[in-house]
Parts: sequence; structure tokens; C-alpha cells
Amino acid sequence: MPVNGTLSGIVIGLSLLVGAWALVSALRHRAPDRGQLIGLAVVEVALIVLLVAAAVAASGGDRPASAVTFLGYVVTIVCLPPLGWVLARLEPTRWGSVIVVVVCLTIPVLVLRLHQTWQVVTSG
Amino acid sequence: MAEQTAPRTLGTGPGRALIAVYGIFALSASARAAVQIGSKFSEAPLAYLLSAFAAVVYIVATVALARGGETWRRVALVSCSIELAGVVTVGLLSVFDAGAFPDDTVWTDFGRGYGYVPLVLPVIGLLWLRYAGRKAR
Repeated sequence: MPVNGTLSGIVIGLSLLVGAWALVSALRHRAPDRGQLIGLAVVEVALIVLLVAAAVAASGGDRPASAVTFLGYVVTIVCLPPLGWVLARLEPTRWGSVIVVVVCLTIPVLVLRLHQTWQVVTSG
Repeated sequence: MAEQTAPRTLGTGPGRALIAVYGIFALSASARAAVQIGSKFSEAPLAYLLSAFAAVVYIVATVALARGGETWRRVALVSCSIELAGVVTVGLLSVFDAGAFPDDTVWTDFGRGYGYVPLVLPVIGLLWLRYAGRKAR
């Protein structure tokens, strides 16, 4: 199950790392810097890798309990880093960094939810 | 501040962070409603219609905050109020009459499934709208 394996751990870790970095910036009254934006891009790439791995596993017969629910989360989750990126660039103040914090805290939650949609199939 | 600042203040600074949070909720509530209505509507039509309604409210709030200006500030005011009324009503109903909503919505149990953010968000939204409205005057 790629969704609850190492890969999702990496995505969560990366996201929290970028979030922590953004939080420090926000607390120091700093606008989002290059590092945060690159961080968001890295998280997006990691997410896409995770989702491709999930798709490959699904085609091999290892499927989430509800493909539709899984897809719903997938659509939401891939939109987040770009959303954070755009809004953070529009807001070159500390609040831009707050936006990155919000996005980077939401991603781990959604990855855990993805994880749950996958787990149902193994237990049931 | 001059009157001209009204459209600017609403969706900038803390307002832009609010847009981000509302945007995330608009996105996830829409996805949830689409999944529920698309795959199992007959199981709990009332709950799923409510999901869709919540999604629309979040979308309207997001757009209104992003657009700014006095008219949109009023629109945002209305949608934040509906949101607060919705989360409190549905929260109470789901506690006292669990049968009313056989499946979860964003507002079930005061938004517990979403870390109670749905309960806190409209309050922060209303406070921000009041502040932005005063600043504009």
C-alpha cells in the first residue's frame, strides 16, 4: 500500500518541515521567501509521486475501498500547494507566510485521510 | 483610512490568510459533496444536500473575501452568518437527534471531523469583516 508507506511519511514530513519554516518566518514578520515557495513545489512533486504510486498499486489490484472518495481527496490535495503558492505570492507580508503554514498543516491531515480510505479495504 | 481602502483591506493581510482557509474549505466541502451525491445520494439525501449547501456557502465566502468592497463585504457577512447558524444548528441536531443526519457533513458534531475549524472559522470571519468594515469607514 503506497499510501500508508514510506512515501506518504515523506510527504507528511516535507510538508511539516515547510510549514515549520513558514511559521518561523511568520513569527519573525517575514514575507514568504524563496525557500518556502520552493518547499511548496517540492511538496507538490512528492504528492504527485505518491499519487502515481497509488494509481500503479490500484491498477495492480490493491484498491482503496471507495475509489470515488479516494479521488475526491486526491483532487483536493493536489490543488493545495498551488493554491498556497499563488496566495503567498499575492501577499508579500508575514500573512503570506501564515498562508503557507495553513496549507502545510492541511496537507498532512489530508494524506492521513487518504491513508484511511485505503485502509478500509484491507480490514474489510 | 480613505474610503478607497475598503476593497483592499478585506482580502489582504490577515484577510488573505482567511481566503486561504476558506478556499481550502470550499475545495474540500465541494469534493465531499460531489463524492456523496455522486456515489450514494439515496442513502442520506438530506445530509448530502446539506453538504452541498455548505460547500456553496464556503465558495461564496471565499469569492466575497477575494473580491472585496462594501457590497462583497456584506455578502461575506451573510455567508459567515449562515455558516455560523449552520454549524451550530447541525451540531445541536447531530448531538440530540443523531437520526436526522445518518451520514457526516462538514458541520456534524460542530465540525469535529474537521478539527472544529468550521465552528471557529465563521467567528473569526465575522470579527475580521467587522474590523475591515470599520477600517474602511
